[in-house]
Formats: sequence, C-alpha cells, structure tokens
Amino acid sequence: MKSKIISSVRLEGSGHEHQKNKPLFVITKFLPVFLLFGLLSCNKKEAAVQNQQESTIPTPTQVFQKDGVTINSYDFKAFEPFLKMDNDTTYVVNFWATWCAPCVAELPNFEKVTSDYKNQKVKVILVSLDFKKQVETSLIPFTQKKNLQSQVIHLSDPDANAWISKVDTAWSGAIPATLIYNKSKRKFYEQSFTFDQLQKEITPFNNH
Amino acid sequence: MNRLRILTLAIVAVAASAFTVNTAGPGYKVGDIATDFSLKGTDNKMVSLKDYKDAKGFIVVFTCNHCPYAKAYEDRIIALDKKYSKLGYPVIAINPNNPAKQPEDAFDRMKTRAKEKGFTFPYLFDEGQRIYPQYGATKTPHVYILQKTSKGNQVKYIGAIDDNHEDEKAVKEKYVENAVNALLNNKEITVKETKAIGCTIKA
Repeated sequence: MKSKIISSVRLEGSGHEHQKNKPLFVITKFLPVFLLFGLLSCNKKEAAVQNQQESTIPTPTQVFQKDGVTINSYDFKAFEPFLKMDNDTTYVVNFWATWCAPCVAELPNFEKVTSDYKNQKVKVILVSLDFKKQVETSLIPFTQKKNLQSQVIHLSDPDANAWISKVDTAWSGAIPATLIYNKSKRKFYEQSFTFDQLQKEITPFNNH
Repeated sequence: MNRLRILTLAIVAVAASAFTVNTAGPGYKVGDIATDFSLKGTDNKMVSLKDYKDAKGFIVVFTCNHCPYAKAYEDRIIALDKKYSKLGYPVIAINPNNPAKQPEDAFDRMKTRAKEKGFTFPYLFDEGQRIYPQYGATKTPHVYILQKTSKGNQVKYIGAIDDNHEDEKAVKEKYVENAVNALLNNKEITVKETKAIGCTIKA
C-alpha cells in the first residue's frame, strides 16, 4: 500500500519537471518529502477525508445528458454544499454563462488552474448560470467544443435575491464572479481574472 | 467656541461613518439623492429627469441590447412603463455599456432594438459611461426607483424587477411594482433592495 503511493508520487514529480513554473517545481521537488512525512503521521486520516469528500458530492436536482455529455443541475439548496466543502482542498468556484463574453474570455485561465494545479489540492468548479432551456442547446455544445477539463455544473434557481447573498454578501449578482475558499478561509471577487491574478490569489490558500 | 465646533463636527463625522460602514462602496444607497443627467435617446433627443414636470418619480432601468437577462425583461419593462407612466412613474432606460467593448450595444443598434420592440419609454445612451457609476449600477438590468422630493430625486428602491428572470408566469414577487405601488399609496416600501444575476456593465 505504502510503496504504491510513493511510486505514484514519483510519477507526479517527474511529470512536472519539464514545467517552467518555479513555485510548482519547488513544491513538486519536495513533494516526496512532504508525502513521506504525511504517510508517517496522518495517512489514515487523509484517506478518510478523501472518502468523505467523494461521498459528499451534492446530489443534483436535475441531470442533463446530450451527446455523451452529462451536466448536473442544481437549485441553490442542492448547490450550497459546493460552497461549504470541509476538507483540505482549496475550491475555486467561478460563476459564468456561455452568453457572458467576459466570462468566456477568462475561462482558459481557470482551465489552466485545473491543469497546472492537478497535483495539488486545488479544484476549479465552473458554475454555469445559463438559462435552463439553454443547457442542451448552448452549455453542452460549448463544453464539448472547448473540451472543458474543469468540473462544470449548472445552477438554476430563479429567486436570485434569495441566494446571491448566501454566496457572498458583497456580490451584486453581476458575472463573472469567483469565490476562492478552503475550510479556513474564503474570498470573493466580482471581477474578471487573468491566470497570473488567479495564481496570486490561490497561493495564500494553498500554502496554509 | 471654535474648538467646540470642531469637536462637534468630529463627533458627527465619526457617528455618520459608524452608520454607513455596512453600506460602504460606490453608488447610491436607498435614501440618497440621485443625479440628473442629459443623455441622448434613440429619437436623437436629449432627455433629463427635470424635463418631466408632472412625474412623481421614475423607474430608471440600466439595461442594454445584448444581455440575455436584459432581453428576458424587455417586455416586462415595457409593461411597467405602460402601467406606471400614466400614474406618474415613467420608465427611463439607460444603456451603460461601452460599444467599443460590446458592439451590440452601439447607439444605432439601440435605435433598431427600440423600434423592433416598440419601446414606449426613452432608451438613453450613457455616452462616455459617466452616469451609471454615480448610480452604482453593476449589471444589466439594474433598477433604481426614484421619487421626486423637495431635496431632489430620492432613491427608494434598488435592484431587480421581479424574482424570476426565466419565467414571467412563475414570478411570485414583483419587486418594482410593489415598490411603486407603495410609493403611490404613501406607504413604506417593504423590500427596498434586491439582488439579481445580470451581465456586468462593460465600460
């Protein structure tokens, strides 16, 4: 069991070496050391958290399926657990829609977070606010065309006044908007992001 | 004497800031006096709030051509104007977007849209994007209900038109109608601020 985990860690490390990203390189370089320490101290706990995380994926209120793409759709009550995940992961929750030009423009930056941080506990969730009737006609074709790698879910709850403030009291309701949080910290942004800005904002969360 | 005055001012300033700390941020809050403007409408005429001598107030809607949320509300905005302009609360629509960023919201496209939809209200262009920041509008559609008072046009409601953008038939609360009705009946508005999803204003 232990040797298996260590070998997979080495694999991750070597996979990253070609990257020029310095902080990542430093982290991956020392990752085996961290991991070894982790194995000695809290291996069982880690596994438990992982299991808990997987078992608490919120249940959608509706599931859209078309052309082999599945999109889970939530009303706010069903969606709310996505804002309160209690584990070691940092969540980058982006609110967007296919018709929102600045949202679409910044999506590649979130996709880059998904790919660049894939070996870290950082997870991007793209929350589409497309109209319900456009999930099959716009959202699904869009995710296919752009080959989105981040998790895409759909939030459909018309009574926005009731839920916008529950995401963050500072949110006026304009999109794009992004929430970055982990179990000890959260920050909300009603703005567009470049990849550098995202990286800069994620760093303090990721280094806890 | 002078010292006392300074001290009083200081206390007032501290007290005032203590009360406004929760609502800090740009733009108007309910109770503020809204600025007037002179903006060009799709009929090429300049429109100001002061031109409306008989109005009791205004339903100012920041809206635009391209935004699906704004489109979803077009018919409801027309209905609001038809119902309330004769009661003294006309709709004044303002497109706050910069056409350089959002070509669909250019002035000539506004003219086309106003004609297509048969807008009964002025559809104004916030040239140079100067008015919407003063109001604090962040998205389209974004409504400000103003009431004429001796001090000027006072903000009475800020927010959404109703509680269901996607399905007019499923609307449970008509925020704007309820607010204007309250003003017409000299009653306190129960819901003075609401939030809604909308398209970010492109400046």
